[in-house]
Amino acid sequence: MTNENKITVKDVVSKLGTLIALFILCVILAFATPNFLKQSNLMAVLKQTTSNALICVGMLMCLITAGIDLSVGANAITVGCVMGMMLKHGVTNPVVLLAAGLGFGTLIGWINGTLLTRLHLPHPFVSTLGMKNVLCGFALLIVDSKMVSGFPDGVTWLGSATLPKGIPVIGGFPICFLVVILIYVVMHIFLTHTSLGRAIYCVGGNPDAARMSGINSANVLTFCYTLSGFMCAVAGIVLVGRTGVANGANALQPYDTDAIASCIIGGASFMGGKGTMVGTMIGALTIAILRNGLTLLNAQSDIQYIVIGFVIIFAVLIDVIRGQMEARARRLAAK
Amino acid sequence: MSEYVVEIKNMTKRFPGVVALRDMSLQIKPGEIHGLIGENGAGKSTLIKALTGVHRADEGQIFVDGRECKFANPNQSKAAGIACVYQELNIVKLLSVTDNIFINNHLKNKGCFLDYRSMKQKAREIMHFLGQDLDINKPAGTFGMGVQQMIEIAKAVLLDAKLIIMDEPTSSLGEKEVDQLMKTCRDLKNRGIAILFVSHKLEELFLLCDRVTVMRDGEHIATDEIGSWTNETLITAMVGRSLDNMYPKVVCEKGACALKAEHLTEYGVIRDVSFEAYRGQILGFAGLVGAGRTETMRAIFGADPLDEGQLWIDGKPVHLKSPRQAIRSGVAFLTEDRKGQGLVLAQPVRTNLILANMKGFCRKGCFLDEKRIRESGEKNVSALRIKTPSINEIVGQLSGGNQQKVVIGKWINTDAEVYIFDEPTRGIDVGAKVEVYHVMNDLAKQGKCVIMVSSEMPEILGMSDRVVVMREGRVMATVDRDSRHFNQESLMKAAWGGSLDDE
Repeated sequence: MTNENKITVKDVVSKLGTLIALFILCVILAFATPNFLKQSNLMAVLKQTTSNALICVGMLMCLITAGIDLSVGANAITVGCVMGMMLKHGVTNPVVLLAAGLGFGTLIGWINGTLLTRLHLPHPFVSTLGMKNVLCGFALLIVDSKMVSGFPDGVTWLGSATLPKGIPVIGGFPICFLVVILIYVVMHIFLTHTSLGRAIYCVGGNPDAARMSGINSANVLTFCYTLSGFMCAVAGIVLVGRTGVANGANALQPYDTDAIASCIIGGASFMGGKGTMVGTMIGALTIAILRNGLTLLNAQSDIQYIVIGFVIIFAVLIDVIRGQMEARARRLAAK
Repeated sequence: MSEYVVEIKNMTKRFPGVVALRDMSLQIKPGEIHGLIGENGAGKSTLIKALTGVHRADEGQIFVDGRECKFANPNQSKAAGIACVYQELNIVKLLSVTDNIFINNHLKNKGCFLDYRSMKQKAREIMHFLGQDLDINKPAGTFGMGVQQMIEIAKAVLLDAKLIIMDEPTSSLGEKEVDQLMKTCRDLKNRGIAILFVSHKLEELFLLCDRVTVMRDGEHIATDEIGSWTNETLITAMVGRSLDNMYPKVVCEKGACALKAEHLTEYGVIRDVSFEAYRGQILGFAGLVGAGRTETMRAIFGADPLDEGQLWIDGKPVHLKSPRQAIRSGVAFLTEDRKGQGLVLAQPVRTNLILANMKGFCRKGCFLDEKRIRESGEKNVSALRIKTPSINEIVGQLSGGNQQKVVIGKWINTDAEVYIFDEPTRGIDVGAKVEVYHVMNDLAKQGKCVIMVSSEMPEILGMSDRVVVMREGRVMATVDRDSRHFNQESLMKAAWGGSLDDE
């Protein structure tokens, strides 16, 4: 028992590391720009976090299995465009639109998983990169490269609704972020307390051993990519709700790198087998606050790209250093 | 000139919390084959790494030809004439044999272009000297492990090494390849090259070595001419206690037929394999490496597809199309590749122990019951005597023997009826071996059916109730323990393609 307690303490400490970094970032921004701590700005940050946080859920699953899903951003945008295309063709029932969007995103995820597991493409990097390009084109194609607006309220509600402004402190809290919190809690329980969740870590650590132990590695992997597709669809719906439009040209926005950076900052590793929902949430918030802060400081998109780029490189560097430090800590602990 | 080509004097190497080498000394004469044995964790690897410049010792000296050397990195050790053939070969499989031999050491024309003509000439010569007449232009990966190892040795010869360290060189070789390796070792010796031969197999030491050094707990225990050692004295020196019986065989009552295989065929791999395995018995599978034993087991376990044949478990016909189905039908398969197929090294002991039966450790269908996992894990650790700080330790941190015990625990937790052990004692130390044998005995006592694939004849003879001998994908003979053919000569004869008369 004492051992177990020790490990949790260590876990908390390592998690606090990123949390402290996030806190310091907030303090710096609070001094640098008076608008940062305004309640309306904080609510905006949460809103901006949502789509990335949703995409991160699927990305984390893929990273734990030592894979990656680069088609996430394109998938999310394409989901919006699919709904936009249907809208242009006269479908206005929000339930049908949402179902079609969710179905499409999930299908794309399932195809990604199937390419990897049943058709044996070597690494998801290649197949999902291909899928990203396919979707970028497809998104523009189905809406004739035009923005689609005028979605029914039922579709935009998730992305735009907030708690009533009158409530103190949490007035204007975005509904979509409540959904994010709910999904993160469910996924946390899923990853840590269910057999499928544990199987995902094992498949990530050693797919052969998992298969020889009776775990259907192919199904587990397909599940992860399908879930990633589903989460992209939810993110796509939130994006449509937030902006009110479906814009195929956004498919090339760096959603994938944002998500990867968030997961890595949160403790996931490209080597697979690692990563938590709590850490990923901290990572997603860090990225959103960074972007928000840069905007408040009037940094143009060129500067934003450079800063975020360095943060990603830095995050991967942290991943490597963390690995080395863990190895060293284990050696020291082997007394 | 010194009497010794390489000498280690009073070397001590400390790792945080462990003393890996303690005042260790070792003298190797020119042109001798020097055996080095010790249990896992005895410090052999550390010694090798100190010699090859991977580690720097805290205290002590290394002398090469009487001159003191300090190796800060592997290149300096190589330059001094010490080469090492590691257990895990450093072969680039897609490059040709020549390229592999000259890797990082290319001959160049006019200082810039690769001089393939001379390199190929030289490569051919060296490989010929090593008894390998083969096409040196082919990719190294197209050859077997034996040849790949020869390529490693060729690298050492090319460097004019004075001492070649071989770390468990025979562990992945077949009988014939082992013979070739031994012949090569003697040739090298005649050339005046000394060999430090690290092995777990006592028979090889007796066949090959001039002198043998035993290590235990990082210390030098004894060095003596091979003639002065016997099996027993070596084991006693190694474990520090005598193992009264290396093979604690218990003969149990033969029960019903648990697994029956008929005409199993996987085209090009195994042909018409039939056998019966009974409860309460250990069925040994003997044969040369590549005889199709592992392939047979993989096919039974559903890991590879069968083209023809029928399986019965407890009298019921079954079609096992995946490991998952096999496990559900009560079959457990301890694979020969522990790290690649048995364990998730980055996960803790507790997770690996439930790997094959996660559903069984769940409440309400899908939520893991952490309390039961912990209790069962603690039980496994104490019953199998797994040496680990706690069940939360990462499995990759344990020694080979303890890792193997975790795999065994994993299968015991599936509560299977048929246990297939593929090379269960490969690469683990003597003490752990005996404990693995006890586990097999216990399973047989409980009326389970145990199948053991092993390439070590003494182990097959020591532990099996019946033995199936395979060769080139076929069953050559099935021999009972009380048969007059139950001896090394007969089994080897069958494994090499001879037929056993009558029976």
